[in-house]
Amino acid sequence: MADKPCCEPVAQNDCCNGATVLIYPCSGSSDVGEISDHAGRLLTREGFGKMHCLAGIGGRVPGITLSAQAAGKILAIDGCPQDCASKTLSVAGIEDFSRVRVTDLGMPKGKTPVTEEHTRVVAEKGIEALRASALRATA
Amino acid sequence: MKKLQILGTGCPKCKKLTEATEQAARELGIEFEIEKVTDIDKILEFGVMMTPALAVDGVVKVVGKVPTPQEIKALIQ
Ligand code: SF4
Repeated sequence: MADKPCCEPVAQNDCCNGATVLIYPCSGSSDVGEISDHAGRLLTREGFGKMHCLAGIGGRVPGITLSAQAAGKILAIDGCPQDCASKTLSVAGIEDFSRVRVTDLGMPKGKTPVTEEHTRVVAEKGIEALRASALRATA
Repeated sequence: MKKLQILGTGCPKCKKLTEATEQAARELGIEFEIEKVTDIDKILEFGVMMTPALAVDGVVKVVGKVPTPQEIKALIQ
């Protein structure tokens, strides 16, 4: 049987050129946390990367943590200045990622309706951050 | 008996990882079985987002690269 292309993407990007983009929203309970979650899912649907499980990083689930370490690019989407997504990645030893914070985009915590428009603003900022970032050095 | 699972859909790197893992296990002289997990849904169940990957007794040890047999030995033990 002929070889399959190297490698079959599990996330939607080519896994062999180091360009797999993983997205970690904080998915917090507040409105801005929910918006971060929606933005992560929107970016996934539109093919800019693949939302992955931040809780798995927190729990040091091996397959999830090792996947993050091997990602070509990472985007953390934090709802507010508590920066839970970024901190969860950092505490797990994962650095060198792009970040977007929802409250920095004119959306105050506790006062921002979860709408498609707000989700779009965060997603666009995420795309911008990813485009501006270099590939991570994945050992 | 060590269960060594190669997660990947059959690309050249997956094959290289299989060979390197077999070599490592043989050199260690352990009893082992190798299973190739090619189904993407099953691979995703491990939380793995890029292949090839290696799981030892169900625990993922390597994702997205092919370590040397020497490195794999340390991960298997
Ligand atoms: S960053 Fe803010 S919104 Fe997100 S989980 Fe943390 S506290 Fe909640």
